[in-house]
Amino acid sequence: MDKEQRKHETPMAKQDVLDRIHNFYEVALGYTEEQALAEAERCLQCPNPRCVQGCPVDVPIPQFIKLIKEHNFVGASEKIKEKNSLPAVCGRVCPQENQCQKFCVIGKMGDPISIGRLERFVSDYERNQGVTIPEKQKAGATGKVAIVGSGPAGLTVAADLVKLGHEVVMFESLHSAGGVLMYGIPQFRLPKEIVQAEVDYIKKLGVEVKTNYTIGRIFTIDELFENGFDAIFVGSGAGLPRFMRIPGENLGGVYSANEFLIRVNLMKGYKFPEYDTPIRIGKNVAVIGGGNVAMDSARCSLRLGAEKVYIVYRRSRDELPAREEEAENAEEEGIIFTLLTNPTKFVGDESGWVNGMECIKMELGEPDASGRRRPVPIEGSEFMMDIDTAIIAIGQTPNPLIQRTTEGLETTKWGTIIVNEETGAATKEGVYAGGDVVSGAATVISAMGAGKTAAAGIHDYIQKKKGGK
Amino acid sequence: MYEIVTKTELAPNIYLIELASADIANKSNPGQFLILRLDDKGERVPLTIAGVDLDKGTVSTAFHAVGRTTKKLAKLNAGDSIMDVSGPLGNPAEVGNFGKVLLVGGGVWCAPLYYVAQALKMNNNKLVVVAAGRTQNDMVYENELKSVADEFHVATDDGSKGNDGLGFLADILKAQKFDHAVVMGPVSALKKVVEMTKPYNLKTMVTLASLMVDGTGMCGACRVTVGGETKFACMDGPEFNGLEVDFDELVQRQRVYLPEERMASMIHDKLGGGVKRG
Repeated sequence: MDKEQRKHETPMAKQDVLDRIHNFYEVALGYTEEQALAEAERCLQCPNPRCVQGCPVDVPIPQFIKLIKEHNFVGASEKIKEKNSLPAVCGRVCPQENQCQKFCVIGKMGDPISIGRLERFVSDYERNQGVTIPEKQKAGATGKVAIVGSGPAGLTVAADLVKLGHEVVMFESLHSAGGVLMYGIPQFRLPKEIVQAEVDYIKKLGVEVKTNYTIGRIFTIDELFENGFDAIFVGSGAGLPRFMRIPGENLGGVYSANEFLIRVNLMKGYKFPEYDTPIRIGKNVAVIGGGNVAMDSARCSLRLGAEKVYIVYRRSRDELPAREEEAENAEEEGIIFTLLTNPTKFVGDESGWVNGMECIKMELGEPDASGRRRPVPIEGSEFMMDIDTAIIAIGQTPNPLIQRTTEGLETTKWGTIIVNEETGAATKEGVYAGGDVVSGAATVISAMGAGKTAAAGIHDYIQKKKGGK
Repeated sequence: MYEIVTKTELAPNIYLIELASADIANKSNPGQFLILRLDDKGERVPLTIAGVDLDKGTVSTAFHAVGRTTKKLAKLNAGDSIMDVSGPLGNPAEVGNFGKVLLVGGGVWCAPLYYVAQALKMNNNKLVVVAAGRTQNDMVYENELKSVADEFHVATDDGSKGNDGLGFLADILKAQKFDHAVVMGPVSALKKVVEMTKPYNLKTMVTLASLMVDGTGMCGACRVTVGGETKFACMDGPEFNGLEVDFDELVQRQRVYLPEERMASMIHDKLGGGVKRG
């Protein structure tokens, strides 16, 4: 491979934009074998790899890419799974551009290696071949661990601990395990069959999954201890939607992004009436917010048949918190970005359905605590947007149920659980936490990183508690 | 899967089912609800708990077969199973030693009201109970409610049994002093009773059956304005002081999916279809 070739990434095919806006099939189509081999060939196999520094779960990146070069795709997937139990998910939704790929040496002179696409390729290859279950490596004393929440953090803790021989029971409040991977991220970005396969893999490892169990209601944390659990991991996520607290927000047609995405993804509202749960979408949809959830909501709206879909965001394009790839996909699909704009009220018709949104124009002022320039309203710049559906995607906060029902579990003023960052241990003995319930809404991979830390912390805790016997 | 242990027809189209789940039964309290999902294409439907049997490990709920899901549910029998039952969800109804308590139940809601009434009776309250229905044929749990009542009244919308409508409550409220009131029924009935108790500033607890999807605080579909603030019926309720509830907004929000609900129900009536098994 010559130098010039090495600089350019192997592109990945995407569903044509005119087709994909009418369906919920996956947009990014993944590498073929030839493409994966070509991309793997670009990797320099650095003796001192920098990419790994960018990975919150320490995936052995050069090693798995080397196995691809050797045509050992299953081996490559197994290599990733030594550190990451959800490669098919991470290969799709990780912001690699800010993580492993950001540190890739080739990125200094050209395109970094498409590590995410390679990860996706080998895990899809392995899944299609049929996954083998690794042997358990019993290391020391074992105990019984409850996992509260089956999202990326919980799945990671469960997999790591069951592999070490612990008895693991995972509780999920909804009817399907997977957390935000199931209810939040849409089918066209992360097919639910893939999430289900990852959950099934965790079950095959020996984890018992109990759906329909809302911890805090059916059992409190203390009751779980009474029932014989040695340690409990809380990965209950950031599931509570934030609203704007502006007039008219309770009109019909104003959804939280959570409600909208749960109806679409988890309940398959886009297949109503074949499925029982309806989702109503109008012609002109405003999605308020600029993160990945906003992009997902906007792109779902389009696929449900909306004619015009607006992203209404109070800062400028440069500050969009969404992944660049997702913002680009949204633009490509015809989503209209109405930037530096903030809603001030919703108005409705006599039946109580939203039919307009008053907004105010914003300008960027001095940087705020987040380092981003603070949006400031421009006085007198109010205008009306003609809409009939609004989706509020301005963030989520942790569900307070467990915090409210557990004595001795300290939280911050934002309702997140306080933990020791080294071990994931919360302030109550035997309780560990990680993911969005600790960090506030963040990424899948950071939740998995926190899960890894907590799994190690729990394993150590059980050694200390039971090891002497 | 959750087995239906018994099924009883309480009135035409109104059923009581007893579901097997010792874990749910052990933690259930009056006023809390379940979410049922019948099969893998099903919607999540909230139903208020009507009682538990701790020895059998069962939890009961009553439903009126008016929509697609409840009509499908009505076709199932004892021995059949449904895919998902989640609960108990929501907060228990407020139960304490209040003194004299007015209880009003409408239609199918008389079943969960009886569960609350039993708890209030155990707390040595004096109970004035009103069981209401659309017609004399729609009355449910009349005898049960009567058995815990110190004073008992019946009312029907068409006057076919007992009092003609709920208007007579005005006289009762005028003649007696109450310390607490509990109303369970359709929103129109809740609103009507609250209008009558408001002049006496009588704290009137109403159980709100808002639209819900997850029932655990995630979606916000159930949001309702109480005392000028947005609350989630699933997390902050479902029981609220009716004197503070914005009923007009609640009614509008409940109607949001009416066209789709009618369509689904019509499809069910015309094309049939039950719960997908296995």
